[in-house]
This record gives sequence, C-alpha cells and structure tokens, in this order.
Amino acid sequence: MARAALMDFDEALERFDPVIGLEVHVELNTTTKMFSSAPNPANSAFHGAEPNTLITPVCLGLPGSLPVVNGTAVRYSISLGLALGCEIAPSSRFARKNYFYPDLAKNYQISQYDEPIAFDGSVEVELENGRTFTVPIERAHMEEDAGKLTHVGGSTGRIQGAEYSLVDYNRAGVPLVEIVTRPIEGAGADAPALARAYVSTIRDIVLSLGISEARMERGNLRCDANVSLRPRGEQKYGTRTETKNVNSMRSIERAVRYEIQRQAAILAGGGTITQETRHWHEDTGTTSAGRPKSDADDYRYFPEPDLLPVEPTAELIDELRAALPEPPAARRRRLKGEWGFTDLEFQDVVNGGLLVEVAETVAAGASPAAARKWWTGELTRVANARETDAASLASPAQVAELAALVDEGVLTDRLARQVLEGVAAGEGSPREIVEARGLAVVSDDGALIAAIDDALASQPDVLAKIRDGKVQAAGAVIGAVMKAMQGKADAARVRELVLERAQG
Amino acid sequence: MSEISAEQVAHLANLARIALTDEEIQHLTTELGQIMQAVEKVSEVATPDVPPTSHPIPLRNVMRDDVVGDTVLTTEQALAGAPEHDDTRFVVSAILGEEQ
Repeated sequence: MARAALMDFDEALERFDPVIGLEVHVELNTTTKMFSSAPNPANSAFHGAEPNTLITPVCLGLPGSLPVVNGTAVRYSISLGLALGCEIAPSSRFARKNYFYPDLAKNYQISQYDEPIAFDGSVEVELENGRTFTVPIERAHMEEDAGKLTHVGGSTGRIQGAEYSLVDYNRAGVPLVEIVTRPIEGAGADAPALARAYVSTIRDIVLSLGISEARMERGNLRCDANVSLRPRGEQKYGTRTETKNVNSMRSIERAVRYEIQRQAAILAGGGTITQETRHWHEDTGTTSAGRPKSDADDYRYFPEPDLLPVEPTAELIDELRAALPEPPAARRRRLKGEWGFTDLEFQDVVNGGLLVEVAETVAAGASPAAARKWWTGELTRVANARETDAASLASPAQVAELAALVDEGVLTDRLARQVLEGVAAGEGSPREIVEARGLAVVSDDGALIAAIDDALASQPDVLAKIRDGKVQAAGAVIGAVMKAMQGKADAARVRELVLERAQG
Repeated sequence: MSEISAEQVAHLANLARIALTDEEIQHLTTELGQIMQAVEKVSEVATPDVPPTSHPIPLRNVMRDDVVGDTVLTTEQALAGAPEHDDTRFVVSAILGEEQ
C-alpha cells in the first residue's frame, strides 16, 4: 500500500479550517455487566480473567435469556451526564442496533438511539498552552460493549488473510457510556492538542466520579476521532473521516494531526475525501482506509422490546447532582494555586496522571513539593521499569508518612528510596519498614565520630590535604564513613564532623 | 410509501447476510410490499396525538442490583453449544467484514 501524501501541517492550516468531532467510549467499573449479572471485566477485581469465564446466558444471547438493566450503571451514567453539563432525559429507552459480526452473539447491540439518557452539555477544556475551549456535548448514551476477536492465520494477524477467528465474550455486555461531541470549530492549529486535552478531561471526570478505571491501555477509555476540512472562509463542513482504534492520549493528538495533513493533500490536489472509517496504526503513525461509513438506516434501529424505559426521578437526579465532585478544570486551577507549582512542575504531575495521588498525599500531611517529588520521581521511575502505574506501588498515606520521616531527619533521600522499595514490595508502612530493615539514620554523633576517626587514620594523605585547606578532599572520607554506616547517616552532618575532627 | 423496490430487498438481504436468487427477490418484493401496506393501515388511526408504544405493559425502571448472580457459566458450559471451539474460545470462520 502506497504511503499517503501529506501536506505540511502549517500549510494545511493556512489553507483549510479543521472541524473535529470526538466519540469517547467509557467502560463503567460496576461489579456486573450492563444487562447481565455476570462479573464485569472492566472492574479491576475481574481484570485479566480467562476467556469466556465472565459470561451468563444473557451475554451469549441464548434462547430464553432476558436482559435486565443494572441500576448502578444507570446511576453512574446519570452522574456522568450531569458532570458533562447535560440535561438528563426524564424518560429514555434502549434500542437494538442490528449488525452481523461475531463480536456480539445476538447479532445486535443494545444501545440507545433517539432517546439517550443525557444530552446537550458542554465541557471546559484547558490546553497545555493555556488556551481554554468549551467543547459542546451532543449526547451521552448507555450501551453494551462487544466481545474480543483474535484473528488467526494469514501473515499479519489482521483481519485480511485470517483463516479463522477466536471469540472471547467476557467483554460482551460490559456497561459503556458513549459521549458524542457536536462538531468542534475554531480550534485551528490547536485541533490535535484539543482532541487530546478533551479526552484527558473526560478521563479526569470519570476518575473523579469513580465510575471507571479509565485505563486507555486496557480499553476502559476509547476514542474515535472525526476530522473534516473546509477551505478557509467556507461555512459548509467538508466530508469527514472517522479514525478508530486510537488508544493513547498521545495517539489521539497524532491521529488528528495526520488526518488533517492527509486530507489537505488530497483536497489541494483536486481530489475528494471518502466518508469512511479509518484505522490508526500506532507503529507507523498513519491511518488506513476501513469500511465505508454505514448509514444509520442500515443498522435498522428499533426500540428494544425486552427492556423497559428508564425514568429517573427528579429526587434521584438532585441527589446525584449534589454529590458531583468539583469540575476538573476548576480543580486544577485551584490546586495549582494552592501548591505554588510552576507551570512545568504542575504539567509534570498532570501529564503523569498523578494529580489525584499528589492531592491526597498533600491532604495526608505532606508538603506539595515533597508529594510531587516522590510521585513524579522515584515512584514513576520504578513504575516505568515495572511497566505499571505509580499509583499501584504506594498509597498517598504511605508517601505522606515517608515524607514525614525525611522531614524528621529519620531518613535521608537515599534511605527513603530503599523504604519506598519496601512499600512497593508490600512490606508494610514506611515506619514499619524503617524498623524491620533497620534503615533509620544514625544520629548518634559518637558512632559517627568513631567511624570518622577510623577513616581519617587510614587516609593520612587526605587528612593532610584537609588541613592544608583543600576542603573538597573530605569527599573521600565522607564516602568511606557513609559506606561504613551502610548509608544510614546524614551526609551533611558527616561532612561537618569530618572537618571538625580533621582540625582537631 | 408502501412501495418497496427489488433493490431495497436486495440491500436488506445483504444486511441480513442472506443470499437470495433473483426469483426470491422478486417474490419477496411482492410479499414485503403487501406487508408494508397492511402495516400502513396503523398510521390511519395513529394520529399525532397517539404516543408511540414500544411496550404493551406500562412498567418502567425495572432494574437489578449490581451483584454477581448465580447464572455465570463455566467455560465448558459456555462453549457446549458451539459448532467449533478451541476449549477456551469460540472458533468462527474467517471474517470478511469489519467490526462495527
């Protein structure tokens, strides 16, 4: 397949005005599925289960089985709708979306069509460059996720050339909320960054609501990006493409940018854009053509006869509205001010997905600087090495306790890193680990002086240099003392004592 | 409105993944046209003041608690009715279309 021609991004933006639309699917972390009492693999308690172990007859669409709506999933959906500034429908219904593909055994997906549970909202999104956008939300509707297919045979492992496919229905029926924006105009060259910042904001919202694990690498949060271009000055939208399979924040930005450049090259060459889905390829940073976009008519939507309307009471909506957390954009602004971080320091925390962790560590008594240091430093380093999340290694309370131990002079930074290692290994709280591993700093000057005198005695040349005023020579002695103390000494104190003893 | 064309029938057959001969399409075009006419009679009485009904029983908000039930299948049970499987997953023939 020939590589698509691309126009330079800046030139594309000079000639064309991009319009984007984003569809984000959020897997809810309820205990059970949307319409069946099977365990929900999008809840971390059931993540990684063996294939086809989290299913009931409903998930397989077996004869005689009937779906029943999960009340908690409805509450979560309403909360999400409210957090997106949406109206909540006094009455909403489910519909069948009919298509033949083995990712769902029923040959239809239960979704919502003309009566979504939430509609007409907006979300404030702040870009890394400080620009703020209000993204209009058209709707948020409830539906079920589909199963997972593995294509076997052929040379590439992709659909083309596969000899057969294996189906795991664990994911079939996982509760989903699909959030659909209205067309977003006026972002210009910021369109790719806006797409990324929008999805990041949705992630913050669902995390603060506690309704999804929101891990993109697990597919808890998935984004389809619609992109179209129109010549500058034109009002009418151009033909759009929908890029699917965009599964990281970084690739959302790259995929939108790529589509702008690809479409601009086609339009500038006098060609036309085909309305189609396109697949994002993380490895090459390109998209390729998928199927032509079906008309909604082809899905032959009709009201789901097996389910009854959902009609939330005004009391329930009020109760959920009252329980909403502070909106992410407002929260960020407040925390950044309270913590006194520079833009760079704050971005470090936000981009590392550690805002919640740092906030809770500060709430547990640590200074903002210490909380940031441990989360974005050592814990992130260890997490990267282990290919996991920093949040899975330690709790905010444990990090706050560690910071307190450093403040009290019980631990040096170096010892604190060893304690963190113990925390990550599940050995207990920092204080317990200090005790068990005997890691506390030796603050007894007597023990230090004995070690210093030994070191000075064995390095008479160094002693002579220090006495000559070459203070930097003390480093060798300090190193020897720290080694003798197995690192459990405060290097600054050792230095003071070394200089004192050398003169004596 | 009640007219249905042979092209529409062929399109529907394709969506339903049913292979039809030309004779069958002709035959179904006539039959579906008659069914459409019969259903259309409903619109004569369904004036705009009659709300559409998707369910005959006036119930709403029938929901269950978010608790794992006792109908979870073992993998063996789940695969028992499958024409083909590899002991953990269903085996289906090579797929020409794409996911929706």
